[in-house]
Amino acid sequence: MNESVIDVRGVRKRYGEVLAVDDVSFGVSAGRLYGLIGHNGAGKSTLIKLMLGLLAPDAGSITILGEPVLGPRFREVRRRIGYLPENVSLYDNLSGAETLRFYADMKAVDPRGCAALLERLELSHAAYRPVRTYSKGMRQRLGFAQALLGDPRVLFLDEPTSGLDPEGIREFYRLLQSLKQDGVTVLLSSHNLAQLQDRVDGLALIRGGRLQAAGTVQQLREALDLPVRIHAAWHPHLNGSPQDLLSGFGGCTIDTREDGECTITCSQRDKVGVLSALLAAEHAPRDLRVQEPSLEDVFLGYCTVPEQVDNAQV
Amino acid sequence: MRRFDPRVVLVLARKEFWDRLRNKWIVAVAGIFTAFALVIAYFGTAQGGAVGFHGMDVTITSLVSLVIYLVPLIALMLGYDAVVGERERGSLDLLLSQPISRLELLLGKYLGLAAALAISTVAGFGLVGVVLSYGVGLPALARYGGFVLSTLALGCAFLSLAVLLSVKAANRVTASGMAIASWFLLVLVYDLVLLGLMVATSGQRYADVFPALLLLNPADVFRILNVYAMEEMRALYGLATAMPDALANPWLLGAVMLAWIVVPLALAYRSFRTP
Repeated sequence: MNESVIDVRGVRKRYGEVLAVDDVSFGVSAGRLYGLIGHNGAGKSTLIKLMLGLLAPDAGSITILGEPVLGPRFREVRRRIGYLPENVSLYDNLSGAETLRFYADMKAVDPRGCAALLERLELSHAAYRPVRTYSKGMRQRLGFAQALLGDPRVLFLDEPTSGLDPEGIREFYRLLQSLKQDGVTVLLSSHNLAQLQDRVDGLALIRGGRLQAAGTVQQLREALDLPVRIHAAWHPHLNGSPQDLLSGFGGCTIDTREDGECTITCSQRDKVGVLSALLAAEHAPRDLRVQEPSLEDVFLGYCTVPEQVDNAQV
Repeated sequence: MRRFDPRVVLVLARKEFWDRLRNKWIVAVAGIFTAFALVIAYFGTAQGGAVGFHGMDVTITSLVSLVIYLVPLIALMLGYDAVVGERERGSLDLLLSQPISRLELLLGKYLGLAAALAISTVAGFGLVGVVLSYGVGLPALARYGGFVLSTLALGCAFLSLAVLLSVKAANRVTASGMAIASWFLLVLVYDLVLLGLMVATSGQRYADVFPALLLLNPADVFRILNVYAMEEMRALYGLATAMPDALANPWLLGAVMLAWIVVPLALAYRSFRTP
């Protein structure tokens, strides 16, 4: 297993009476796209701030690229980190170009790269307009450009797609994919589970400040054993009821519609068997669709489960 | 060791300064200083039945009365927003995620704002100084230079206080309230209370303590610095005449002023240093 680029161990953070983050441990390897999901107030943003060293943990340790984030080499670590805060707030009086220039100077990055970043995020046309005239999506893109200054090795993105239109969201994930191919490690938090489910390499589900579950989307699905839905349709002249075919599978339920299409609900374990039985039948269905439980189903499933995991590595 | 990086301090200070230059703050304040100083230099003695320039000492004394109200207020208004404003707008986290330590952040903010205040002060009063320099000797000009310098120190002391309030306050409204309250207390109420106590006790009881108490207020230190040196002006200021010579030593007063700049900043850092 690769050494973790982001390594969070036993981290705890308390705000007065509230335990915002409670004994969270996980690791993310280089070049992975890792998602942080959870309800509002679950502790995602606090966790990101802890990982950036904006907050100091009450217990536990955090290392980024092998260095303690609040250690003596914090400057070197931060030069290699990009951060896009939730609802990014930039300086309204500066133009887009000046904003990037300011953060480039902060990071001691060659300012000649700013124009290329503005181009990459499709902001060149507004480079010299004050940020106060920017739309929410443009601000978000400028914030993202800021995070990409100095070719960071690790990106922390807190709700990065809020304010982006569908095209912008697709473009954003395309950009993330190319960064990933360059070995950049990305940790992002999001409410939009549908966006994440086919894109992330791993996930941590935070609930009430604790790590409720962690792993790949498929691992989380399997661990919960959420049922799979199989939609099958037969030619109308065939009598396509699969009742007899599936009698061997105990937990299956079959819901037949008037037009002959039926929805079979079975466990993950029986999925392949059910599909084989359907295809091997004398009157095989003319169409089959397998509907895996969505990340949303997984998320809601975990929100009713009391357990938590202690350590996770992706 | 976390070595100190003056480069990031400069980057942040430059931004703060340019913000004030761009939003015309510097020009506006310099203009206010110039206008008031000219009016006071020319009409300051109108109560005596004459207008016109009546010598450097009279002018400085009149300007001191203006500066002592105006500069602390301007400095407090300039600085109260420095940290709490960034926090409230949500830009502080992004700033703190940069390769900058919290000390560097505070210093960068402070130095940028202090530079803006300094340029306004020097430009505003300097212009008047050029006008007044016509026909006065070098010693008088040196005294005027000292006045401008002490004005700058007064501004920096209240700016330092403002940054402390900005770190401590939970939001901008609280910070501005605290800034106005500080101005009210230090500039308006403090002397009145001291004077009241002095009169009530017939000047007997706390005679030794009063001068020391005056040193606890940067506005009073500023007044003493400028007025005590001038023989004929002491009579105009009841409180300043209460100063024993030892406490009116300009070096001591300068050191106290420096402490008023450094101590609030150090307290601000102490409060801001822990993530």
